[in-house]
Amino acid sequence: MNIHEYQGKEILRSYGVAVPNGKVAYTVDEAVEAANELGTKVSVVKAQIHAGGRGKAGGVKVAKNIDEVRTYADEILGKTLVTHQTGPEGKEVKRLLIEEGCDIQREYYVGLVLDRATSKVTMMASEEGGTEIEEVAAETPEKIFKEVIDPVTGLLPFQARRLAFNINIPAEYLSKAVKFMMGLYQVFVEKDCSIAEINPLVTTGDGNVLALDAKMNFDDNALFRQKDIVKYRDLDEEDEKEIEASKYDLSYIALDGNIGCMVNGAGLAMATMDIIKHYNGDPANFLDVGGGATAEKVTEAFKIILSDDNVKGIFVNIFGGIMKCDVIAEGVVTATKEVGLTIPLVVRLEGTNVDAGKKILADSGLNITPAESMADGAEKIVALVNKN
Amino acid sequence: MSVFINKDTKVLVQGITGSTALFHTKQMLDYGTKIVGGVTPKKGGTEVEGVPVFNTVAEAVNETGANATVIYVPAPFAADAIIEAVDAELDLVICITEHIPVMDMVKVKRYMEGKKTRLVGPNCPGVITPEECKIGIMPGYIHKKGHIGVVSRSGTLTYEAVHQLSENGFGQSTAVGIGGDPVNGTDFIDALKAFNEDPETEAVMMIGEIGGTAEEEAAEWVKANMTKPVVGFIGGATAPPGKRMGHAGAIISGGKGTAEEKIKTMNSCGIEVAETPSVMGETLIGVLKDKGIYDKCKTH
Repeated sequence: MNIHEYQGKEILRSYGVAVPNGKVAYTVDEAVEAANELGTKVSVVKAQIHAGGRGKAGGVKVAKNIDEVRTYADEILGKTLVTHQTGPEGKEVKRLLIEEGCDIQREYYVGLVLDRATSKVTMMASEEGGTEIEEVAAETPEKIFKEVIDPVTGLLPFQARRLAFNINIPAEYLSKAVKFMMGLYQVFVEKDCSIAEINPLVTTGDGNVLALDAKMNFDDNALFRQKDIVKYRDLDEEDEKEIEASKYDLSYIALDGNIGCMVNGAGLAMATMDIIKHYNGDPANFLDVGGGATAEKVTEAFKIILSDDNVKGIFVNIFGGIMKCDVIAEGVVTATKEVGLTIPLVVRLEGTNVDAGKKILADSGLNITPAESMADGAEKIVALVNKN
Repeated sequence: MSVFINKDTKVLVQGITGSTALFHTKQMLDYGTKIVGGVTPKKGGTEVEGVPVFNTVAEAVNETGANATVIYVPAPFAADAIIEAVDAELDLVICITEHIPVMDMVKVKRYMEGKKTRLVGPNCPGVITPEECKIGIMPGYIHKKGHIGVVSRSGTLTYEAVHQLSENGFGQSTAVGIGGDPVNGTDFIDALKAFNEDPETEAVMMIGEIGGTAEEEAAEWVKANMTKPVVGFIGGATAPPGKRMGHAGAIISGGKGTAEEKIKTMNSCGIEVAETPSVMGETLIGVLKDKGIYDKCKTH
């Protein structure tokens, strides 16, 4: 799960990790009020969307007085920002963060991620703050320093110091930098983060070490014990169909193509997208109905696929293991009738009770094209969609 | 011979009284797996499907002499269940449970350092040695006894591969589902190593997917150590970056973990990679012919 920058900073602040003072604003008036309350000479108006690259897209402005706060807030609220992370359609700005300006001395990068190779949390730091860390990693990997963290001890002060020295944080900021890193690690483990990235971390003229930006992601599997984090969910930032799918425990991801896919199992679902592409088709989604797909789940999955106007055909690819093919076939027939399907439907069934399943589809009187294999099914749906 | 499990493996089922576990316990018993006990706290002393239930893993091990366990415990409690099994010094722990928080698995992995127990999973279909022992949730009947080792991060995609092999007359020595999570127990290299040492296994099919660099590391290991041919497939070539494709571990992030990169590395290490998921079997058969072990591997 993703959250906004201002929400991330609220969490950091609650752990004593230094961030600039700031307030969220939903309207221009609220933005002005927030700036007045902050009472600083300079304030920053920052668009709050779940995507990076906001600055370059014109979503971050430095205001030198209240009039400028009003002007910028008016300009950014409601604007659709297109960044390298939003896709070409962009994202509409509905919230702003009004933050005190600060006297930046230098910018750094500090981030925490899971290192899959060691199965441990790793803190990364670099003196190349403010730029994309992927770029730094590609061009000057020697400028990224890492500390692998033992979950028993947590991040140790000497590790934080070593990072701070490695990235050349001046000695007078050392203790604050160490405190910052220790706090950030605590947030990461206690809140079940999957990513916590501070880019940039800044040193200021008045001797502080602050998170100027905060990107935090959370482990969906841990949300059951992170009720405070769940409250931060912003449905405006999520795809409507993905929200609907999550209600039925379906794993759905919207894509740009026109062939809807319904598959059981994540690996097979990915492979199904791949084979459609191989036959020059374009998948409209990733959809895993899970191992225990029922007729109801299949029906809901159909509805979600069809709510995408781009979908011109559907390919159902089921390997019935524990789930029997005849049960799946019944589900497909029921769902097809219920939603009144008018576009081509290709169904490939394999596994337990496959013959009974195929018979149910054939006897249904519905316009369902059976397929003998994954390849056969993919070829057929691509041909049918191209014909129409 | 086989890897990890065989006809003598004595298996416990943790969380045996849950509905999924009950269903699969019955399936495993029907397949011939030696299920010797179950564990559900507070249900000790009862019996399900003719299997005695115990309150703790330690007690179950003492009473039954079990050397393996399979876990169906719900995600919030699964990490604790794994650690309990490791503490009881079982040889093998297979965790089927999906959606375990990553931080829990980080602790589990740390706890297991230096311990002798092998963990398979979590979020995996399990392990099967055809016609001997099935531990997990895979459909037993698609598997045939033979000489191809299968190792995979995905469940249904493994079934697809096994099906293609069995249909064409190539049985399997053992099929190992290592699971789709970013932090797991047995990895590709562990499984490849075991297949390399197993006299029954003649060739291996390795099924990976986007996310992480486990396939690349395995490919390098194959190049340096493997004496048997390995054929691969990578799911998710068309997946967009930054989107989690169902499995927690199947995500391209920071430009890492793309199918393209994995396939390139695998090819450069001498692993032929099936172009589409429907030719996984075909690709392997082609390699068996090239290596002159087609007849040796053809089982039915």
